[in-house]
Amino acid sequence: MKPAPFDYLRAGNLDEALAALAEYGSEARIIAGGQSLLPMLNMRLAKPLVLVDIMSMAGLDQVRREGEMIVVPAGVRQAALLRRPGLASEQPLLAAALPWLGHYQTRARGTVCGSAAHADPSAEIPLCLVALDGEIRLRSRRKRRVLKAAEFFSGMMVTEKADDELIEAVAFPAARPGAGYAFAEVARRHGDFAIVGCAVMVEAGQIHLAVAGVADKPERRSWPRLDGSALDDALNAFAWELDAREDLHASARLRRDLVRTLGRSTIEEAGRCLA
Amino acid sequence: MKAEVISWTGQSVERVEDAALLTGRGRFIDDLGTRPGTLHAAILRSPHAHADILSIETGAAAVLPGVVAIVTGRDLAKLTTPMVAGLKVAAENWPMAVERVRYVGEPIAIAVAQSRYLAEDALDAIEVAYRPLKAVVDPVTSMGEGAPVLHEKAGANLVSDRRFRYGEPEAAFAAARTVSVSIAYPRNTGSPMETFGVIADYDPHEDVYDILANFQGPFSIHTVLARALKVPGNRLRLRMPPESGGSFGVKQGVAPYAVLIGVAARIAGRPVKWIEDRLEHLGAAVAATNRVTTLKAAVSAEGRISALDWDQIEDCGAYPRAPEPATLYRMHGNMTGAYDIRHVAMRNRVVLTNKAPTGLVRGFGGPQVYFALERLMQRIAVELQLDPLDVIRRNLVPAGAFPYRTATGALYDSGNYQAAVEQAVAGRLAALEKRRDEARAAGKRYGIGFAAAVEPSVSNMGYITTVLTAEERRKAGPKNGAQATATVSIDPIGSVSVHVASTPQGQGHRTVLAQVVADIFGLPHREIRVVADLDTGKDAWSIASGNYSSRFAAAVAGAAHLAATRLRDKLALIAADQLKAEPKQIGFAAGAVFAKGNPGKTIPFGRIAALCHWSPALLPDGVDQTIRETAFWTPPQLGAPSESDEINSSLCHGFIFDMAGVEVDPASGRARIDRYVTMHDCGRVLHPGMVEGQIRGGFAQALGATFYEELAYAEDGAFLTGTFADYLLPTATETPDIEILHIETPSPFTPLGAKGVGEGNCMSTPVCLANAIADALGASEINLPLTPAKLAALAAGPEQAQPSTTRATVSVARPGDRSLRGEGEARVAAAPEAIWAMLLDVDTLASIIPGCHGVQKLSDTHFKADVTLGVGPVKGRYKAEIELSDLDEPRAATLTGSVSGALGTGGGSGRVTLTPDSAGGTVIGYAYEAAVGGKVAAIGGRLLDGAAKAIIGQFFAALARRAAPSKPGFFARVFGRRA
Amino acid sequence: MPRLSAAIRHRIGFKLNGKPVSVEAEPRLLATDALRHGLGATGTHVGCEHGVCGACTILIDGAPARACLTLAVQLEGREVTTVEGLAPAPDRLSVLQAAFRRHHALQCGFCTAGILISLEAFLREQPKPSEQELREVVGGHLCRCTGYTPIIAAALEAAALLRRQPQVLAAESIDV
Repeated sequence: MKPAPFDYLRAGNLDEALAALAEYGSEARIIAGGQSLLPMLNMRLAKPLVLVDIMSMAGLDQVRREGEMIVVPAGVRQAALLRRPGLASEQPLLAAALPWLGHYQTRARGTVCGSAAHADPSAEIPLCLVALDGEIRLRSRRKRRVLKAAEFFSGMMVTEKADDELIEAVAFPAARPGAGYAFAEVARRHGDFAIVGCAVMVEAGQIHLAVAGVADKPERRSWPRLDGSALDDALNAFAWELDAREDLHASARLRRDLVRTLGRSTIEEAGRCLA
Repeated sequence: MKAEVISWTGQSVERVEDAALLTGRGRFIDDLGTRPGTLHAAILRSPHAHADILSIETGAAAVLPGVVAIVTGRDLAKLTTPMVAGLKVAAENWPMAVERVRYVGEPIAIAVAQSRYLAEDALDAIEVAYRPLKAVVDPVTSMGEGAPVLHEKAGANLVSDRRFRYGEPEAAFAAARTVSVSIAYPRNTGSPMETFGVIADYDPHEDVYDILANFQGPFSIHTVLARALKVPGNRLRLRMPPESGGSFGVKQGVAPYAVLIGVAARIAGRPVKWIEDRLEHLGAAVAATNRVTTLKAAVSAEGRISALDWDQIEDCGAYPRAPEPATLYRMHGNMTGAYDIRHVAMRNRVVLTNKAPTGLVRGFGGPQVYFALERLMQRIAVELQLDPLDVIRRNLVPAGAFPYRTATGALYDSGNYQAAVEQAVAGRLAALEKRRDEARAAGKRYGIGFAAAVEPSVSNMGYITTVLTAEERRKAGPKNGAQATATVSIDPIGSVSVHVASTPQGQGHRTVLAQVVADIFGLPHREIRVVADLDTGKDAWSIASGNYSSRFAAAVAGAAHLAATRLRDKLALIAADQLKAEPKQIGFAAGAVFAKGNPGKTIPFGRIAALCHWSPALLPDGVDQTIRETAFWTPPQLGAPSESDEINSSLCHGFIFDMAGVEVDPASGRARIDRYVTMHDCGRVLHPGMVEGQIRGGFAQALGATFYEELAYAEDGAFLTGTFADYLLPTATETPDIEILHIETPSPFTPLGAKGVGEGNCMSTPVCLANAIADALGASEINLPLTPAKLAALAAGPEQAQPSTTRATVSVARPGDRSLRGEGEARVAAAPEAIWAMLLDVDTLASIIPGCHGVQKLSDTHFKADVTLGVGPVKGRYKAEIELSDLDEPRAATLTGSVSGALGTGGGSGRVTLTPDSAGGTVIGYAYEAAVGGKVAAIGGRLLDGAAKAIIGQFFAALARRAAPSKPGFFARVFGRRA
Repeated sequence: MPRLSAAIRHRIGFKLNGKPVSVEAEPRLLATDALRHGLGATGTHVGCEHGVCGACTILIDGAPARACLTLAVQLEGREVTTVEGLAPAPDRLSVLQAAFRRHHALQCGFCTAGILISLEAFLREQPKPSEQELREVVGGHLCRCTGYTPIIAAALEAAALLRRQPQVLAAESIDV
């Protein structure tokens, strides 16, 4: 289990990385934390001609605030975001979700943007981006563009990122006053990809529920502040609309059940935070 | 001599092994240096479960940089013979496919190169042409009419069908009520953290294979290997590295690779090293057998069992590889478990299927047997409305009955099952029941489970011959016993060394042997040096040598005790001579030899011990030498099977009683182990810390078997759990602490009174937890692994209906059917006739097939293409074939496609319909069913659905774009929907 | 910009357990192979090569990393710690290592190096860990022998000892 040959570029700055992407397109892969890419290289599922390492670049490893957005550049490791002082009040959903992301050891290496780029349908970072209506900032040599998370993720490990683009940063909206947040997940084992993950934002008049692990990308629905059987019915409709996956680890039925039950308990928890 | 005053033995001393392991100085096979010029091997493996090999094109691979040799099955067949099997079946056991592949992962070719990287590059360049055959993975289906036959010479997949009868089972069943259970026990494996490794060299002048492998025995396999390599045993020198990273039985399975790498070294003319990777290991190393069991009990109204009727269908995978069908027969003597049941009927069938061959895995037959037996005990209680613990109590072998001969021939050495059970439940059961009642009162699903099991250890080398009829056995000659060996030697300054053939794999043999031998000589245990890396060219060994069947404490430590005792007794004669005392007065303690009752008569141990080296003339009469003593020990109780098939399959029989409280969350299907108590009687405990370690480790593996682990196959034989992301081992967050209890009834049959303990919880824990869950959920039929989906399904009621406002979901696939289905449609601004023409046009196809590098037309409706397919970064190059059939021009056609490449194979077919719409355009509808096999299926299970959907969607989107390129936006909406 | 060609080996320099080292590596060479076969640091073991089992965990600039998911070229200029760097002297054990030995927190020892490395990093971040926190950290490793409980017990005891006398107990001698 050893990778096929590739050239390795240690990009000193963004322009160098973008130039390599412009030259090699789909034959180049960005490597940041490597937690998703390296297994694929080792198994020879992926055989790029060129790896572009962006982790030696200056200035990409600091989380910053831009107004109401928490901006996480490409070099920020998951552990660094989790350790950000005040994260629990700045964005409680991230503080709740990040400990579920893989393990201590993988969070120390894996980057936040790398997880977004990988677009695993069960992953926590894409889920939080979709739940919060966050944005993905893409850059190529030609241009910069910003996509809403819901636009960016288009399928199982498929995104709208073009071959010559890289994710410069992702941005999560900070907690809004008067909003409550909650996260919950069921996995086979702690640290595994979620069978179902639920991320909720509740505001005075609205519930937003995003669900991972069920469809081939994270999906969000918004409702007015329903409760009782009306909420059950809304969750049931959502569960069926997601066209749940059936795989080794869980049945479609269990996934739908968890959208109903875990979805509801997570919404209630977010509501309590609000109260 | 009388039993020694034991001082070190029985203490939890720190292990001598640990300091090196903790500081990175372990010497595992891949940590050892190799001879300069050693080459590295990588193995090409079958993506098909069943296929004829039409050709293997190695030319391109052979000329790659650094590549020295490519070895195929035909090359192998020229230099070796098939491996001998335990069953007399006309199935050739080649360690690498010669003409046909019979399971996914079967070796096809070996690339030998200057590095593993280069060897893997060579694998990518080997092209194999296959003719796929129908595969069968279910053992019951495999026995049936119409199942594809794996080995044509054998004639059928059912390769052994034996019936046994002990006592009067028919009469017992006629006179009592019958309770029965049906079990489908899944495939799982021990999955040691270190994979297989082999470093082989061949000397053409002496015709000697020198092979270093992290093999674990049994060394009866050495004879199989020597025969396969066509050399006498003394020309196969098999060596084991000092350390081995766990085995749990599995490293018996390195044996076929010793042949493969040995032959690769012979062909390459240089030493060759191969370290198995995890994908290879999970897919093709060693699996425990999956087994279909129907077990019936004849039982009285009080729950007393008079007879059992076993029907076991054992699935050994694609080849009946030695020592199979040992998994099925290891338990033969103790098929009545902990119970006094005098009448037994049994039918044992062995079936081959298109799955990897099976072999030793911790528990070895016990998990399969006790899952059925202890589920049956619980069902008896439920059906007769009895207390489950009372049913167990009523049937236990009486405390005064030992040694106890079972109906099927085992001689249970010692025990007091009643005392063990009562000690375990005392106080604890009442507390557990209270917790259960409180949980249930709060609306929780909480249950209590029990399991009692007899844990056999020290296998009788003759038990496997129970698969033969008495007449066949007479012809073959009797096989029996369990030779253990140990050597104790004294050097010229009187320090003591011990050599054993026990091939430890983490159990701490060196520490325990030092304790045992130190006690004999009255030395500190740290002064005894133990070497446990075995060399069959130099060391004392026999066919029973090795690390399996929990034989260390009972047999190997016992043999070391005997060797040391013999040497000590001779030293006592020397000391008596020197001290002018009676031999029986001589004592050994604190590094000195002395005459008891005479404090003036003391000599340092080293002085006496070294005498034989320096002054052999001073040896008294009757003492030959005291330099080295090798003890061979085999217990007389292990005879060959009797004429009526009774067999004492193991020497020792420990006892386990487990009790668990488990809560199931019906919403998530997760089970939480609230309490777990495990009571053991393993005879005399030689090292309490290690015994506890064995129990905890066995429990954790059993936890995996219960909830997480299955080597899963699709119905077409595709292997689905090739990584640790799909074959799930329990981690620290899943593994609870447990309460461990002991009683000691020393074995009268072993030198130290010890019995095995390493495998018991793999036998008792899965069924104890399943019984608790059955109790919690009121479930009658339970099969492992108990995944969240299974538990939720057992707990849940009917599902909340789909609202009519959402679109209909297509029916879900059958369980076990993991093929991909989907459908979709595309609207195109072109007439059906135009689309039709495009589907049959080479140039159009070349432009719309995703990732196409060119299409070749074989006929009007048959095309070949070279494509790059992928999703996200996962990309591979494939050869594709596309055929159109059932043509209904211009309305519909069936498209059948197949792809094959280094990442695996895929195939599927779909019906395409072209319906004119009102605007002069066409609605292209498609529905497909596809299956993916090989590497991608094994390691990328989660990806497949999405990949198939994306690629098929891309094809039709491209068709739509091509059909009406001038109107983007209007037609480009492609709806994909999967079933 | 440094561009390393696939076709040739490049000299990669970094600090291994405090000492400068260099190793020749093609871009595709995994850090596990560079450490083990290039530099002879065979204490770091390879269990799965897909980042799940944790046996190959090392510290890169003080943070844990799966060496099998790291390229040797990525080590350029970094500070790497492996299990060989944990003990204070060749004939001594660290507090954590000694606790592992006392608690029988290893059997075959194949996974142990990675677990020690993770705990080494974590105990520095969190000197007063809870059992649950330790279970989550060790949860990033697979051990097939011990059932984990002795590992957790050893880590708890080591943490307590280090809190009490971090300087004095930085090392403990082996009394062989």
